[in-house]
Amino acid sequence: MVIAVLALTFGQVMADLQLPDYMAQIVNKGIVRQNNSLIFNTGFRMLLISLLGGACAVGVGFLASRVATGVSMNVREKVFAKVESFSLREFDKFSTASLIIRSTNDIQQLQMVLIMLLRMVLMAPLMGVGAVFKAYALAPSMTWIIALAITVMVGMMIVLFAIAMPRFKLLQQLVDKLNLVTRQNLTGLRVIRAFNAEKHEEANFEKANVELTGVNLFVNRLMVIMQPMMMLIFNLTAVAVIWVGSHMIDTGNLMIGDMIAFMQYAMQVIMSFLFISFIFIMVPRASVSAQRVAEVIDTEPLIKDPQNPIAFPVDTRGLIKFDDVTFSYPGADSPVLQNISFTAGPGETTAFVGSTGSGKSTLINLIPRFYDVTGGRVLVNGIDIRNVTQEDLCEKIGYVPQKGALFSGTVSSNIKYGVPDASDEEMHAAAKIAQASEFVENLEDKFATPIAQGGTNVSGGQKQRLAIARALIKKPEIYIFDDSFSALDFKTDAALREALNDETRKATVLIVAQRIGTIMNADKIIVLDGGKIVGTGRHKELIESCDVYKEIASSQLSEEELEGILGEELA
Amino acid sequence: MSDRNAAPPQKPGGPGPFGGSGPRPGGRGPFGGHGPMMQGGEKAKNFKGTMSNLITYMRPFWVSIIIVLVFAIASTVFTIVSPRILGNITNQVVNDYTNRALYDQITSKLPKGVTLPPGTTGAELLKQAPPAMLKKIPANKLATIKALDFSKRPGINFQKIADIALLLIVLYLLSTLFSYIQGWIMSGVSQKITYRFRRDISEKINRMPLKYFDTKTHGEVLSRVTNDVETVSQTLNQSMTQIVTSITMIVGILGMMFSISWLLTLVTLVILPFSFGFIGAVVKRSQKHFRNQQATLGKLNGHVEEMYSGHNVMKVFNGEKRSIEKFQTINRGLYESAWKSQFLSGLMFPIMNFIGNLGFVGVSVVGGWLAIRGSINIGDIQAFIQYVRQFNQPISQTANVANILQSTAAAAERVFEFLGEEEEIPQAEQPVEIKSVKGAVEFDNVVFGYNPEKTIIKGFTASIQPGQRIAIVGPTGAGKTTMVNLLMRFYDVNQGSIKIDGIDIRDMRRSGVRKMFGMVLQDTWLFNGTIKENIAYSNPEATDEEILAAAKAAHVDRFVHSLPNGYDMVLNEEADNVSQGEKQLLTIARALLANPPMLILDEATSSVDTRTEVLIQKAMETLMEGRTSFVIAHRLSTIRDADLILVMDNGNIVEQGTHNELLSANGFYASLYNSQFTVPAVV
Repeated sequence: MVIAVLALTFGQVMADLQLPDYMAQIVNKGIVRQNNSLIFNTGFRMLLISLLGGACAVGVGFLASRVATGVSMNVREKVFAKVESFSLREFDKFSTASLIIRSTNDIQQLQMVLIMLLRMVLMAPLMGVGAVFKAYALAPSMTWIIALAITVMVGMMIVLFAIAMPRFKLLQQLVDKLNLVTRQNLTGLRVIRAFNAEKHEEANFEKANVELTGVNLFVNRLMVIMQPMMMLIFNLTAVAVIWVGSHMIDTGNLMIGDMIAFMQYAMQVIMSFLFISFIFIMVPRASVSAQRVAEVIDTEPLIKDPQNPIAFPVDTRGLIKFDDVTFSYPGADSPVLQNISFTAGPGETTAFVGSTGSGKSTLINLIPRFYDVTGGRVLVNGIDIRNVTQEDLCEKIGYVPQKGALFSGTVSSNIKYGVPDASDEEMHAAAKIAQASEFVENLEDKFATPIAQGGTNVSGGQKQRLAIARALIKKPEIYIFDDSFSALDFKTDAALREALNDETRKATVLIVAQRIGTIMNADKIIVLDGGKIVGTGRHKELIESCDVYKEIASSQLSEEELEGILGEELA
Repeated sequence: MSDRNAAPPQKPGGPGPFGGSGPRPGGRGPFGGHGPMMQGGEKAKNFKGTMSNLITYMRPFWVSIIIVLVFAIASTVFTIVSPRILGNITNQVVNDYTNRALYDQITSKLPKGVTLPPGTTGAELLKQAPPAMLKKIPANKLATIKALDFSKRPGINFQKIADIALLLIVLYLLSTLFSYIQGWIMSGVSQKITYRFRRDISEKINRMPLKYFDTKTHGEVLSRVTNDVETVSQTLNQSMTQIVTSITMIVGILGMMFSISWLLTLVTLVILPFSFGFIGAVVKRSQKHFRNQQATLGKLNGHVEEMYSGHNVMKVFNGEKRSIEKFQTINRGLYESAWKSQFLSGLMFPIMNFIGNLGFVGVSVVGGWLAIRGSINIGDIQAFIQYVRQFNQPISQTANVANILQSTAAAAERVFEFLGEEEEIPQAEQPVEIKSVKGAVEFDNVVFGYNPEKTIIKGFTASIQPGQRIAIVGPTGAGKTTMVNLLMRFYDVNQGSIKIDGIDIRDMRRSGVRKMFGMVLQDTWLFNGTIKENIAYSNPEATDEEILAAAKAAHVDRFVHSLPNGYDMVLNEEADNVSQGEKQLLTIARALLANPPMLILDEATSSVDTRTEVLIQKAMETLMEGRTSFVIAHRLSTIRDADLILVMDNGNIVEQGTHNELLSANGFYASLYNSQFTVPAVV
């Protein structure tokens, strides 16, 4: 492919370089010697060559677009597959937003530059060198004109871009700032109006607007120099060639046709230098993108399947054991989790509570191997989870994330996400338990109702319920609820928990919750504080024995509720 | 003269940094894409109307615009004239050169050693020449020879050439200068228009009812402020000067071409339909693929975004393979449309080039033939070829301008649509102002719906005494924020009225109503500024002592001291350098500083750790003291202690009363309450 591009480019350049020579012939031999047939013959040949050159250019274009888009397709696929294999640790390292940009915009940018490069990076130097040789062959003593023109042009470009480049960056920052101010104005509309601060916001905007306009104006006025200056350089070169050329004609060292041809070659050289300087401007920009993409491809996920995975034993179900587990994020001073040991078995509900940063979400993220432990081990059904395939492990887990995380598709495709071949009956059953039936039935197309990207067309509570149904339909051995009830109102929360109770009787249930009400009836409550277990037991035991738990509970329930409703009614 | 000759360097691709306006936020780099010609893009619904709006908008700049046009025309005229003059130099050289060739030819026939007296003309010489020789001389050269002075070998007249060259250089310099002046002024005009558009939009945002923003995403509005405005100014800049220069160029070049040779001009014009046909065909085909490419790219980006942000879910449900398969399918599709659109748009250049060469060869051949017959000079052919080259550019530009204007109109239409959106109904003519607010609120048979056809609050009446605490409860989605919207006059009631201290809030200024309330919502809104600025937002005139007092009362002071730079710490863009709980405390401090007679609070504290939650509660208690407070309640203690509970469901207020009253009524509230605390089974 590359050789073909090279060959075709060569053909295209050669054709372009031939034409002025033929023109010179028409002038020198045809017109001056009054040879009509020579003019027609040469003209015909020129047409053929130009057609050939055009065909080569089309060929280059064809190959360039296929190669560039093909390469970008492969890179895109590679990056996507790589990111899909990442663990959350790599996601933390890059940030989700950055990974999205790297997989989309950066690759798109690369493709664009690649096409341009394939079309120009070969052509421009070939053309430049070829034209210089041709011009030199015609009139060696005039080549200084070309050198001068190029020096002036390149010098101008360097000066312009040296001044403009930092401002281009600044411009981007100012656009971002204007966006930021506007976005803040929009998201805070109610607050702004509540405090009658519209004028304040307008002043902020005005400031950003004035700044942006100022820099934009400067850069614009700088860059409009380019076109007229280029014209001037071209034109003055032409005048210089004629002036010097006519002296050479006078001394009999140059033919008129050759002078005209020389002018053409001079233009070709200047054009190719112009292209080359474009390349020098483009490549650094593209290399930033290339680097960002390469970083992703070169990153090996820390969590991989073992080389010789073992299978889970068939006789145990959903037994989770944390054995002296310690976990710290890379580069962090202190571990997030320290010496965590506990066991959770089937038929049991184990709840985790603690303040923000106590490590409870991190703890349950270790079970599906979103992260790997840095010390100790996590056992499922008696086997260290690092010794089984991730697929086998996840097969056993029904996970409900905090924010729902639905995918575009339909209600049905979302519920069936984990089990694509589930029957409609199973789907209805799962939706019913998750308290989603009622609102789904009220939707226009029921289970066939489309879900927008990110589930933006259903409310937070509805998202959580669909996410719960998605986990339920798997009938997994292990349920993980990561603060999955927070967007539900009390009534739905309670009804859901009651329905879940039957469904999860045989499974191991792990719950992370902020609300004490959600977890106070769990079989085992594990209280975390600063990454350590500070209490284990039932609600009643902990309220008496664990200070941290008591503090959490009392912040959410009044004294009366703590003693009265909880103490008596539930006892 | 082959391709790429003295014609002005054309911009090889789309709008790059050489288009004269720097990088665009849309991110097409230099050479990016293939210009608007290939994009085709959207069309305005009402082209004429939008254009006349735009012209009205540009009216303040008409003087500048006229100057721009004059300079553009002047610079173009110089551009048009110069090839002809350059051709004259060539003619001079050629003339002098042929004269000398004739001299050499004839003097070589003379006997050796003959010296001719000064002033011997060719006519005299020819009288002595043999008739056989005379016959060989073509008729058109005879006159030249007769006039030639044979006493000395003629040289090239450099004085004359220098004169013409000097004239040319002056013309070029003037043209450059004018062209730059035009660009300079036009940049100013287009930037000022952009600035005004942005400012108008920003001010417009604050005059529009919230209803608009509740139904539109922020992205849509943002894209008007940046992308659409940018498109308008860019394309305006381009199209305005291009229309004028292109038309001047076409007319001028045609005139020059005809003045050189009508036959050559005809040859050139015959080629034109071909180029239009080709370009049209290519554009039509590539546009289809471009649209496909854009659509597929959108799909692909959507999938990437979705899968990355739901990564853990995808993982744990073993969706990796399926996700990659889906990606591959979309990616293949993208490849198909991408290479086709890239290829087709890339065809443009070689095709135009070939057509250019076609014209060039045609002119060379016909011109050469004409030159032999003596009816045209070489310099004129040279000039003519330059004109042919230059002719293509304004023609494709004019074709392009139509497209550019379409996208200008489409973008401008969206901006004007936004600027023309309905604004908040005007204030009362003589707004009532309450001097000292007691805080009595009366709902008198309030009927309201976000959509006039769909009433959600169906006749609500309640009377609230100063200092009372009102709890608003209900399941999620019950419409609790509607109450906030109505009290703050973000929305106006459809029927009935809301009165504060006996005065209908519609008789007051909106700002007056809002000043009476302090608002603390779950959605904490802080801006990119220091902590101090954020607290003082509610009362810019507050002294440092007052700010500190408010911060202390809201338990902000404690955590601020553990932050770098304390009160001067700048909250970043997402305000995620303080925790959610701390943000909530900050909003409470902000409300405290405003010292409003009434309050609207949202108790919800999700993602807040429990210790901070205690602080938030304490701070809210402080805030509510002695103020009429509307609380979107989540805590039972708040609900039970409330003077009045408003129970909402499906947007309507279904019950009201105190905790005990409502419990004994055994209605919706009772079942809501019982479901929370008496269901024995908990997962």
